[in-house]
Amino acid sequence: MSSPGSDPIPVPPSTGAPDPTTAPPGAAPGALSHIRVCDFTGQLAGAGATRWLGAFGAEIIRIEDPIRKGRWDILRGSPPFKDERRGIEMGSGFNNHNIEKLGITINLRTDRGKELLRELVTVSDVVAENFAAGVMERMGFGYESLRSLREDIVYVSNCGFGHTGPYREFKSWGPIAQAVSGLTHSSGLAGHPPAGWGYSYMDHTGGYYMAIAMLMALWHREQTGEGQWVDMSCTEAGANLHGADLLDWSVNGRALRAEDRPDSNRATSPEMAPHGVYRCKGEDNWVTIACRDDADWKALKSVVEIDAFDAERYDDLPGRLAGVVELDEHLSAWTASRIRFEIEAALQEVGVPAASVLRPAERIDGDIATASWGLWPMVHHLAMGGVRVDGEPVRFSTTDWSITRAAPTLGQHNRHVFGTVLGLSDADIDELIDQGVI
Amino acid sequence: MDHAEPVPELPVSHPTPPPRSAPGPLDGLQVIELAHPFGAFAGRLLADAGADVIVVEPPEGAEMRAHGPFAENRPGRERSLAWWAENTSKRSVIADLDSDDGRRFVSDLVTGADVFLECEEPGRLASIGLDYPQLSAANPGLVHVAITPFGRDGVGGSYDVTDLTILARGGPMWSCGYDDHELPPVRGRGNQGVRIAAHFAVMSVLTALLARSRHGGQFIDVNMNAAANVTTEFASYGWLAAQQTVQRQTGRHATPNPSEPTQVRCADGRFLNTGVPPRTGREFEALLGWIRELGLEDDFSMSPLLEMGVDYDVITMAMLQDDPMASEVFQAGRDAMAYIAANVSAQEAFLGFQARGIAAGVVWSPDETMTDPQFVERGFPTEVYHDQLGRAVVYPGPPIRFTASPMSIRWPAPKHGEHTDEVRSELMP
Repeated sequence: MSSPGSDPIPVPPSTGAPDPTTAPPGAAPGALSHIRVCDFTGQLAGAGATRWLGAFGAEIIRIEDPIRKGRWDILRGSPPFKDERRGIEMGSGFNNHNIEKLGITINLRTDRGKELLRELVTVSDVVAENFAAGVMERMGFGYESLRSLREDIVYVSNCGFGHTGPYREFKSWGPIAQAVSGLTHSSGLAGHPPAGWGYSYMDHTGGYYMAIAMLMALWHREQTGEGQWVDMSCTEAGANLHGADLLDWSVNGRALRAEDRPDSNRATSPEMAPHGVYRCKGEDNWVTIACRDDADWKALKSVVEIDAFDAERYDDLPGRLAGVVELDEHLSAWTASRIRFEIEAALQEVGVPAASVLRPAERIDGDIATASWGLWPMVHHLAMGGVRVDGEPVRFSTTDWSITRAAPTLGQHNRHVFGTVLGLSDADIDELIDQGVI
Repeated sequence: MDHAEPVPELPVSHPTPPPRSAPGPLDGLQVIELAHPFGAFAGRLLADAGADVIVVEPPEGAEMRAHGPFAENRPGRERSLAWWAENTSKRSVIADLDSDDGRRFVSDLVTGADVFLECEEPGRLASIGLDYPQLSAANPGLVHVAITPFGRDGVGGSYDVTDLTILARGGPMWSCGYDDHELPPVRGRGNQGVRIAAHFAVMSVLTALLARSRHGGQFIDVNMNAAANVTTEFASYGWLAAQQTVQRQTGRHATPNPSEPTQVRCADGRFLNTGVPPRTGREFEALLGWIRELGLEDDFSMSPLLEMGVDYDVITMAMLQDDPMASEVFQAGRDAMAYIAANVSAQEAFLGFQARGIAAGVVWSPDETMTDPQFVERGFPTEVYHDQLGRAVVYPGPPIRFTASPMSIRWPAPKHGEHTDEVRSELMP
């Protein structure tokens, strides 16, 4: 058995462009340093959205409840834990999703707490939240209230099903949004139950759409002076990701619920064959191969040298699609005794798309393609110490992202925010602490 | 190919383009997009948000026009459903980048634009004088975004990729599949690797636009492999923080150690995701009540355990470790959800659990969302008239609901070069 990482991952040749890792980190001015967000988000679907703005310099003020110690965001105290150390400051998911944010506490059960929040909204550009529908209203901070504090406020809410419709009060989290939006069903092999997504793909993606919503609404405000409420539904964002499959139903009547579908390791848009995931030497090792066209097919044949592939009926795509089961059997037999990285390198050498299915350790610590990008920046958390987190998969030539600050501990920035943003004196702040307001 | 569902009958409601109630959030913004399968969806999100997105196609038509499936199963440049799906609300012009005239046309277009979106191989645009240094000299405020497999400046630029290989190398596939590891990891359908990068491209464009008045235009390098890598949730931060390796499981999160199933088959053959199992007395009471309503109390052997569950305030994680009876009650709650689900349809189970305050989700196929009451009541399914068919067809609506500046499908994907003359005349001084 080959242990993970024992085979060298092929290093794709460089394009000869300058090495981005030599650029000075954090030297660039923030693209969004003029934006302040009053942030009630949690989990990944919400926190992931304000994370993007924070990485580009926006001032993200994360508001948490001092009484329940921020537990509205379950990730605060959830595993995985660095060094097995547990507690409300030790959730590594929370740290990952809340980098570059300020953390304050306000007890919104108190009148003075509500007053502080009103003052904060007045000086904020955006209010963001992903509570269940109706929670902000019940706290007295629905859109109309926010707008009365600041006419051009951008208020973005993001919940499982949106704030209207028969499901508006339904509970949701990533896997439920994925199920109801069709994404669970559309991932799977023929003749098997849905495989779905082995993580909260729609928490990530819901967060991306929530970030897009904030940015688009800010652009609209910059052009027109007008603020607005954005009522995002995570399931609608998910249902917008099916591409041609949905039109194949509405135009051609071809549904994805059928015996031989979705079979999502095969390719239907565009059609390709062979196209799949093939077992390789070692335990749970797999390589993906995609034959885009006849040229790829010829190149593939030259590498694998499987006699049956010489049959004329495979020379064109319709023939290969018709015989795809047989082709996959031959190809699987060929890959089974070979090392995935060697297969990948041999096929890439002749221009055929191929890639090993990488384990987390392999792509994070073993792949020069992510390391050279600087994709896993280190932050220093007050309680956890040094932890690496997700970076951003983009580079800006002038105002690039910067991730150096870890997620805030509970109330870490109370003095800074209440002092410099709201202008309270140290004595005022001490009094708020004594009275249990913050 | 199967045709399980009849073609839905849809009223022909409006001519193309549909009327717009109000301008979208990007109204007035001009985007030039070089047609490419990796960039089309990003362009569509900008176009449906109101930007004037002009997609530049080669004389033979964009590559995507050859991607099936095709309308009424008849291939044709104007019948690609892939093209239709990813190019709504855009205008199309033809320009041959291998000719002086074509290059001048594109250069003129970009000179007057806010955003340039392209997915060309690194080096290609520089070789024809259309890269950022030349374009920004004429248009300093330009936001130029390039989407490439490993980034323009990244290692790996010469690797050949497809959606499948991006999702394999980039990490998502390691987490997706079945409990049975004799079965391969699974790629989620719908070219999601392309979409993940598109979301980052759109976030980047908007971020750069908001910085433009203070910092001017800039070049943005979007790396598809990196985008997939940071869209893997626990798989990445579990390794980064705790050196844990997740293992794929059927229809639920990949985890370092095996977890209980959450996907159950209902009486109609559809599946239900049971979410987080019940923990509170109120939830156990609700489960028991529903089992009684269905007349199944005597058939479900764990009914007495549910009755005991009613007396719990909440079963905490600590209790599950220390109190054997709490564990049994907790397991009975799980089993009760599966038992009920197996006796009703997936839709009934979904609505029934949620009405009782218990999280659950019906596993719809993509098309089933379009007739679901929630999507319908919110007006999500959108009719778009296609003169190729002489009728309107249903598209999924916009992913974001703005209340003042709505996103909308303003018109269907353009025909090849449909707007060339119109756009050329707009360039005239």
